[in-house]
Amino acid sequence: MSSQLLSKEKFKILGQYGKNNLLPPLFVMVILLLLWEWLTSSTGSTLPGPSRVIEDTWELIVDPFYDYGGTDVGMGWQLLASLERVAYGFFLAVVVGVSLGVLVGQSTLAMRGLDPIFQVLRTVPPLAWLPLSLAGFQDSQPSALFVIFITAIWPIIINTSVGVRNISEDYRNVARVLNLNGYEYFVKIMLPAAAPYIFSGLRIGVGLSWLAIVAAEMLIGGVGIGFFIWDAWNSSNISEIVLALIYVGVVGFVLDRSVAFVGNRITRGTSAS
Amino acid sequence: MKEKFLEIENVNMIFGQGAKATHVLKDVDLTVKKGEFISIIGHSGCGKSTVLNIVAGLLNASSGNVFLDGKEVKGPGPDRSVVFQNHSLLPWLTVYENVALAVNKAFKGKMNAKQRHEWILKSLDMVHMSHALDRLPSQISGGMKQRVGIARALSLEPKVLLLDEPFGALDALTRAHLQDEVMRIQSELNSTVLMITHDVDEAVLLSDRIVMMTNGPQAKIGEILEVKLPRPRDRIEMADNAEYNHYRHEVLHFLHEKQKRH
Repeated sequence: MSSQLLSKEKFKILGQYGKNNLLPPLFVMVILLLLWEWLTSSTGSTLPGPSRVIEDTWELIVDPFYDYGGTDVGMGWQLLASLERVAYGFFLAVVVGVSLGVLVGQSTLAMRGLDPIFQVLRTVPPLAWLPLSLAGFQDSQPSALFVIFITAIWPIIINTSVGVRNISEDYRNVARVLNLNGYEYFVKIMLPAAAPYIFSGLRIGVGLSWLAIVAAEMLIGGVGIGFFIWDAWNSSNISEIVLALIYVGVVGFVLDRSVAFVGNRITRGTSAS
Repeated sequence: MKEKFLEIENVNMIFGQGAKATHVLKDVDLTVKKGEFISIIGHSGCGKSTVLNIVAGLLNASSGNVFLDGKEVKGPGPDRSVVFQNHSLLPWLTVYENVALAVNKAFKGKMNAKQRHEWILKSLDMVHMSHALDRLPSQISGGMKQRVGIARALSLEPKVLLLDEPFGALDALTRAHLQDEVMRIQSELNSTVLMITHDVDEAVLLSDRIVMMTNGPQAKIGEILEVKLPRPRDRIEMADNAEYNHYRHEVLHFLHEKQKRH
C-alpha cells in the first residue's frame, strides 16, 4: 500500500518535472520546426525543410553503423572517429594543462614568465595552427590531435592557475599545521580546492575541442563528422549536412554535460554546473 | 606540574620593511604552565592573533623565541594544533574525513588503521558529533563546524591547543554551549590552552589567567589577571558571583579606560 503510494507520489513528481523542464523546450522546438518547414516550402527554396531532410537521410538515421569501406561509413562511425580524436587530444591537454596551470598558480616567477606568452598564444584561432602542425608532423592524424590539444589547453591552464592561486589561506594553514608534505598537499588540498575552477576550464576546453575538430576534419579528410559535412557539401547533399549539424550539436551538448557531471561528482556539488 | 611549559621570550614582530614597516608586537613575554588555560584579550588590531600565529609557527617572529616543552618552535606542527576562527574545515571532505586527514597524517606510524579509525570516532564523540560523520561541512550548522574544528585539533593530541577567536562567528547561545564544552574537555584532558578572544565574559569564565594587550602599534602585554575562581565553573552561578564580577570589571576597566580607543 505504502509502496504504491510512494510510486504514485514519484509519478506525480516526475510529471511535475516534465511539465516544468521538458514541455517548454519541446514547445519551442515544434514552433521552430514548423517555421523552418514553412520557410523552405516554396518551390524555389535552396534549403530542404525538416520533412525533406528526414526523407533524404532516412537510411543514415536508421543505420548509423554500416561500413562500406573507406570513408563511406555510418554516422555513428563518423562521430566515433571524431570523438576518438577529441579524446586523445583533450586527454593530453588535460595532463599538460593542469600541470602547467599548477606551476603558474604556485610560482609567481613562473606566472611572470609564462602568462604573457599564454595570453598571446591563446588568441590564435585553432585552425591557424593546422598548416604549421601539418608541416611539422607530415601526417594528418597527429596534426588533428595537435589542433585539439592546442585549442583545449588554454582555458585549462588559465582556470587551473586561477584555482590554485585562490586556494584559501586557511586551507594552506591547515596543511602547514598538519605538516603535509608537497605530494600530500597537492593531492589532498590543492587538487580538490582548485577542482571547481579546473572543471570549468575542462568544460570550456572540451567545448572548444569539439568546435576545432569539426573544422579541422574538413581540411584533413578521412573518416570523421567534419569531413562528412564537407563531403556532403561537395556532393550537394544538403540534407546530410543538416543531419550532421544536429548530431554535432547533440554530441557537443553531451560532452559538456558529461564533464560537468564528472566535475560535480568529484567536487561533491561545490562546483557550479 | 612544569612551571615553564610554553615560553614566549621577548617576541617582536615587524611587518614590512623600511618606511612602511609597522611594529606590531613589542617585547611580548609570557610563560605558560602545563594544563593552564590562558586567554589573550585586546582591542581588534592589537596583534593578539599575531601572537597566536607566532606560537603556532605560521608566522616567524622578527626577534625573540618561543619554546615549547624545552624545544624551540620553528615552523608549524601538530603539537600546536589550531582551531581557526572560521573553522577551516575542508568543504570537500565529510566530518569524518576532515578529522581522518589529521589523524592519519599524525599517527601513521604509531597506530594501525583500526586504532586510527577508533581514535577519529573518539575525537568526534568528545565534541558530540558522532551523529554527523558522513555529512559535509556545508550540511551542518556553524556551531557544529566549529565542534569538528575542535575535534580535529584535539585529535592531534597537541601539547598546546591554540584557539583563535574560536566562537567569534557564532550566535550567543551556541557560543555559550561551546564554551561549556571546551571547559569540560579541557578539565578532562588537562590540556594547555592559549585562546585569543575579544569577549570579556568568555575570558573570565574560561581562563586561569587573562593576558591583556595594549593597543597597537607596538602592542605589548599590559596586565595579566589571575582568575582564581574554583572549577568547574557554572555560568549561571557566576552571574551572581561577586568575585566573577570583580574580575570582569577589572578586564573591562583595562579595555575601556586604560586602553580607550581614540
